[in-house]
Amino acid sequence: MLGQILLRFLIGGAVVSAFAAIGEVFSPKSFSGLFGAAPSVALASLGIAFVSQGAPSVAVAARWMLVATAAMFAYASCCIALGRRHGLPMWISAAGSWVVWFAVAGASLWWLSEAVGT
Amino acid sequence: MTPRVTVQPKQLAAVRPWEYALRFVFGGAITVGAWLVGKHWGTAAGGLFLAFPAIMPASLTLVKHHDGRQCAIDDARGGRIATVALACFALIVATTATRWPPVLVLAVAALAWMAVAAGSWFILACGERHAGAGGADRRRRGRPTDRARARRGGAARSRR
Repeated sequence: MLGQILLRFLIGGAVVSAFAAIGEVFSPKSFSGLFGAAPSVALASLGIAFVSQGAPSVAVAARWMLVATAAMFAYASCCIALGRRHGLPMWISAAGSWVVWFAVAGASLWWLSEAVGT
Repeated sequence: MTPRVTVQPKQLAAVRPWEYALRFVFGGAITVGAWLVGKHWGTAAGGLFLAFPAIMPASLTLVKHHDGRQCAIDDARGGRIATVALACFALIVATTATRWPPVLVLAVAALAWMAVAAGSWFILACGERHAGAGGADRRRRGRPTDRARARRGGAARSRR
């Protein structure tokens, strides 16, 4: 269990850092921002899942990832809207927008689970 | 004129080691978190976390610190554009995972992500430039811009 956690931590951290470093070298910022929504965590997680859980599990996870991209879009939109408020520190805008991600992702999970269940 | 993207490797030296460490920790933590969520609440919940904005708060805070608020907002706009590409990535993996070799699935999905993200960015950037150039043309031709119209309306109201 601890070995699994350590392996995932190292691979995930390395892939995310690599994408962040690639994003750093590009200008303008709106282009380098593309790498903020790179599939870095997905590449690390799905790569390990292929080996440990098999392809069918990867396909299911990817389907739910597709659903969560709507939540990611809502998150980024909220970041932009809150970021324009000059009185609000950027880290509060960015971290506070996680609430929107959780709301959209949670609602999608609940709604789609209900729809599939019935 | 097409929007220009420049590559500045020197920028890598401007990032402090602790900033890389912060992203490493965020990335590693969310990868472990997604796995633990999937383990306890099922593959569906774990799959959702594959599109969790793990490093965006750290990135936006650092960009704001280095380049100012407007650059951080631009960075977030780029992230929003890339979610469309992220959906393409997920769609490709979902449809090919059981049929293609794993390496091919992830390589094709990653390339598709890059192509769609860059393509969407160029289309939107061209559109913005075109809209900006349209405004400049109107001013050159002597047609009133929205701001000029509003100014004139305000002046007419004050005369009344």
